[in-house]
Amino acid sequence: MLKDITIGQYIPGDSFIHKLDARIKIIITIIMITVLFLIDSFIGFGLFLLFVIGVMVISKLPVKRVLNGLKPVFFLIIITLFLHMFLTRGGEVIWEWGFLRIEEEGLFTGLFMVGRILLLIMFTSLLTLTTSPLQLTDGIEYLLKPLARFGVPAGELAMMMTIALRFIPTLMEEAEKIMKAQKARGADFESGNIIERAKSLVPLLVPLFISAFRRADELALAMESRCYQGGTNRTRLNELELRRSDIYALIGVIIIAVLLSFR
Amino acid sequence: MSLIEIKDVDFLYREQENKALSGVNLSIEKGEFISIIGSNGSGKSTLAKLLNVLLVPTKGQVFVDGFDSSDPENVWKIRQKVGMVFQNPDNQLVATTVEDDVAFGPENLALPSDQIRERVDKSLEMVGMGGYQSHPPHELSGGQKQRIAIAGIIAMLPDCVVLDEPTAMLDPMGRKEVLKTIKYLNEEEGITVILITHFMEETIFSDRIVVMDGGEIKEIDKPAKIFQNIELIKNAGLDVPVAVQMANELRSSGLNLPEVMDIEELVNALC
Ligand SMILES: Nc1ncnc2c1ncn2[C@@H]1O[C@H](COP(=O)(O)OP(=O)(O)OP(=O)(O)O)[C@@H](O)[C@H]1O
Ligand SMILES: [Mg+2]
Repeated sequence: MLKDITIGQYIPGDSFIHKLDARIKIIITIIMITVLFLIDSFIGFGLFLLFVIGVMVISKLPVKRVLNGLKPVFFLIIITLFLHMFLTRGGEVIWEWGFLRIEEEGLFTGLFMVGRILLLIMFTSLLTLTTSPLQLTDGIEYLLKPLARFGVPAGELAMMMTIALRFIPTLMEEAEKIMKAQKARGADFESGNIIERAKSLVPLLVPLFISAFRRADELALAMESRCYQGGTNRTRLNELELRRSDIYALIGVIIIAVLLSFR
Repeated sequence: MSLIEIKDVDFLYREQENKALSGVNLSIEKGEFISIIGSNGSGKSTLAKLLNVLLVPTKGQVFVDGFDSSDPENVWKIRQKVGMVFQNPDNQLVATTVEDDVAFGPENLALPSDQIRERVDKSLEMVGMGGYQSHPPHELSGGQKQRIAIAGIIAMLPDCVVLDEPTAMLDPMGRKEVLKTIKYLNEEEGITVILITHFMEETIFSDRIVVMDGGEIKEIDKPAKIFQNIELIKNAGLDVPVAVQMANELRSSGLNLPEVMDIEELVNALC
């Protein structure tokens, strides 16, 4: 059950998008998110959507997986839409019932915000779907490096992310084991109201935390004995390397971004 | 000078009454296979941690290849020379793929990528895990994980590997794999091995066995000698291997037997 939760949901592949340098992909994502906030018309959104679909096609991702990424934000979208519809005033009255009233402006802004959120989620999930977590952390580390002189521990942050990714499956397995052990003694994780269910998680979380701290302690020793001295001055087995195609992709995206935002 | 020299070492953990180690003297030559045995709390792990400066002696000195471990300048040199493998295979793997994990040590030594690649592939080959480069560690068996941990140490080209109960959490199959790997590294690659274990059977390959009890070294001798000294083993809170015990019983009831150390040798001697 817990194993079904995937983080980073990377889908391996060898498309052009998969092969792009992680740093370039992160930069592109940041550029396009900015563009998304500059766009002020539905036509702009339409063009942006075309771009997203184009990237999806090139990366040969299953459409279903990209749309799956939208599920967790479903409520956020509904709430955004309703809040705007009923609270933003202006323009003609479209619909009225008792104290509830929808005006033109509200409907418009609501749909607008929803479009923005949907595209935002879709585009950022393209990044995590086509980039392995390891490359992603390497990319983030590299991009944060210039901030090191302002005290941002880029190497350490990347190491923390890698370790988190490494230990998620291990801790999941452990949680499942503890759960089974507690169930065997009659613990009930499934019934009752929210508060009761939350309470029933305590006997799961306490042993899990204790074990996680013990693991952390041992891991720190193991890392130290393997000469880990913090994030600086480390080299990499697979160094990120910029190729010509990365630069072309970046230039292409910058042109598209300019066109989209100043259209 | 020997590869490792431990001179009159005492160790006292902070806020602890009794010394974890007292008056320990031991020198280990290059290429030796040493086993350390002793009951729970006898100080084996403490001794191991002194060897790669995870701990520094309260009294006395530890030298590795001539470098004094109490000098902070030498810490990283010594850690590169003496690698540690711990009991729990899960808690010493840091990366999300096998190759990245094995590369962790060499990366810390700031080697260039092509050299790291070469070392990673060679180390995996040496522990019999060639071809597993891109596997995620959590999908491997305990024995495989432990061999990956060993590969990660080998990739730093150490003179000596210290293994602190590396088989304690493994099934018989995994234990066999790991022991075979350790034996190979010692015999074929000439790496000095210090194996800490609870299982007497695992010590039969070693050149010398160190018996510890209550933070002191009680005896250092060849396996054959140690195995005959049943009183020493019992006093240290350990079990004599079945084959050895059996041979002793047979001998005391009048049978003329040579020294045996495991079931196979006993069978050969008897049949
Ligand atoms: N971090 C610590 N802080 C305080 N005391 C410790 C610590 N680690 C070990 N000790 C104590 O030092 C003594 C020796 O412990 P050590 O772990 O070296 O024994 P060991 O031979 O490895 O035992 P085991 O077979 O259980 O692994 C024990 O009495 C133990 O309680
Ligand atoms: Mg121990």
